[in-house]
Amino acid sequence: MPAGLNVPGISGEDQERIAQSGIDLSRANRCGSYLQMDQDVVHATCKEEGIEVLPYGVAVARYAWLNDYAWNLVPRDKDEITAYVAGQDRPVGYVIIAKKGSKNVLPLQACLFLGRETIQHVHNIVIAEEGAELHLISGCASGSHVGLGGAHYGVSEFYLKDGARISFTMIHTWGEEIEVYPRSAAVLGRDAVFLSNYVCMKPVKKVQMYPAAHLTGENSVARFSSIVIGLPGSHLDLGSRAILAARGASAELVTRAITKGGTIISRGHILGSAEGTRGHLECKGLILKDGRIYAIPEIEGTVVGTELSHEAAVGRIAQEEIEYLMARGLDEETATATIIRGFLDVRISGLPAALQEQIDASIDSADRSGF
Amino acid sequence: MLEIRDLHVEIGEREVLHDLSLSIGKGETHVLMGPNGSGKSTLLMTIMGFSQYHVTHGEIHFDGEEITHLPIHERARRGIGMMFQRPPTISGLSLGKLLAATAGGGDEMVLDLARKVNMDRFLSRDINKGFSGGEIKRSEMLQLMIQRPSFVMLDEPESGVDLENISLIGHTIGQLLDKDVHIVNRKHCGLIITHTGHILDYLDADRGHVMCDGEIKCHGNPREILKEIKTRGYRECLECRQD
Ligand SMILES: Nc1ncnc2c1ncn2[C@@H]1O[C@H](COP(=O)(O)OP(=O)(O)O)[C@@H](O)[C@H]1O
Ligand SMILES: [Mg+2]
Repeated sequence: MPAGLNVPGISGEDQERIAQSGIDLSRANRCGSYLQMDQDVVHATCKEEGIEVLPYGVAVARYAWLNDYAWNLVPRDKDEITAYVAGQDRPVGYVIIAKKGSKNVLPLQACLFLGRETIQHVHNIVIAEEGAELHLISGCASGSHVGLGGAHYGVSEFYLKDGARISFTMIHTWGEEIEVYPRSAAVLGRDAVFLSNYVCMKPVKKVQMYPAAHLTGENSVARFSSIVIGLPGSHLDLGSRAILAARGASAELVTRAITKGGTIISRGHILGSAEGTRGHLECKGLILKDGRIYAIPEIEGTVVGTELSHEAAVGRIAQEEIEYLMARGLDEETATATIIRGFLDVRISGLPAALQEQIDASIDSADRSGF
Repeated sequence: MLEIRDLHVEIGEREVLHDLSLSIGKGETHVLMGPNGSGKSTLLMTIMGFSQYHVTHGEIHFDGEEITHLPIHERARRGIGMMFQRPPTISGLSLGKLLAATAGGGDEMVLDLARKVNMDRFLSRDINKGFSGGEIKRSEMLQLMIQRPSFVMLDEPESGVDLENISLIGHTIGQLLDKDVHIVNRKHCGLIITHTGHILDYLDADRGHVMCDGEIKCHGNPREILKEIKTRGYRECLECRQD
């Protein structure tokens, strides 16, 4: 049993917020941990053979070849956010290298905690070599007292070599005054599988992200799943993109969005530019209180033999469904919550049970506090 | 047990049930027949309390209490249960989870009952999603077995069910209706919509009613009514009563 993760100088309440983001502070169910508080790397270890977890600075000093990876997928000059991160003298973030054939049974966790009223900048590189299987959960949280505002700028680059698998599950527990700008991209080799899951059940001022997966290897698979609630005052501008550039590549982008007064923009783009590619985009939105759900699904095919589709629906819970459950004895409120819980229940195939449970727990906590 | 007086029901702007009265005593099972569109399902949905069905006049009493305007779940909790003809699909909600929510625990009991109606393999599936006609009936039966209503309403329980499963459904309905209990001790009662009458092979019904154009036109022995309808058709059967 490893010693618990020592999080210096934060309150019990903030530890709870970190735990809600899927971070196991006891470390019992994780094979390794990375913990960054503001710009300080507090912890970076991994006990799984063949998987290295290093602070960005240490990693680039040790491995000159990382220069071929850094800023290779996300351009430095993409926007103000990337330029800000690229302009740092002392870049901070994590580098994870899963060696050929390695596999973690217990997930690896990365916790990014924003404790002060500042801009937290992060540059992450994740490499899964040939045949490696890496499961990573990223818990992002801010301290409950960061009242005047703060921001998180995060660049993440995922490299999946032939036959590699990465599951990346990100759970956000930010605050009402925090702005969050993740900038992520992945490149997939032959037969590689990339699962990217995003859960946000808590208020946040603004999240803006549009991660992309470049499926350059034959028969590679990308699956993005987002489960989000837009609370009053929250502006969530979310999207995901898949570029199907090799024969047999496929992608699925799934979003479940609920607004209780906040704005959710759900973008999606699939480009099929090779034969035998398949892509499906699905966005389902529920408006529980006046707010906004704006779904912008885009599918684009450029060759014979690509098959793309999308499905988007925004509405309310069907009265017929509520009444069906009421006829079984559930009161209206319980029936409604039961249906909403089901609506958010996206089963992600290939995700380890521990991570599915973490996603479920995050949704359950929103359920308990009342949808 | 159930007492309906002078009931008028509208769906949208249209009156579908006109001046309907019906009384079902403790331990009794009644059968409701009638041509398509005559208002049979509407009657059941109104008794259950669905919001689309507006009672504009008349009263429904259950167990000595007026329930005409009670919310659905209050009726369910007082012992009214129904098998739906076309229940909705609920994405993400598995049959097992719904049963757990209604049973309030007791996973063993749920699994046991599910096995009895060959639905144990469906517990993890989204409720009604892609269920065949027969599977819907069995899923509905299972939900009722857990709910154990004292007044059971069944909307065409045999339609879409193959011969093998019809006896399964028939026997389960029999249990729900206390048919294994001697008539003087029988507490549960029921109202069953049937076209074919096959269900009568598995349980005795005490009384039959024929509905036409939103009214009950004829009462009597269910088997005799059924025989009449089978040989002469609804039209003649109803005409015989109209003068
Ligand atoms: N939801 C509804 N909206 C509009 N009309 C309906 C609805 N349900 C039933 N009706 C109408 O009410 C009448 C009675 O229908 P129903 O009770 O389903 O008949 P039955 O079950 O006897 O076949 C029919 O004319 C039907 O079209
Ligand atoms: Mg009907």
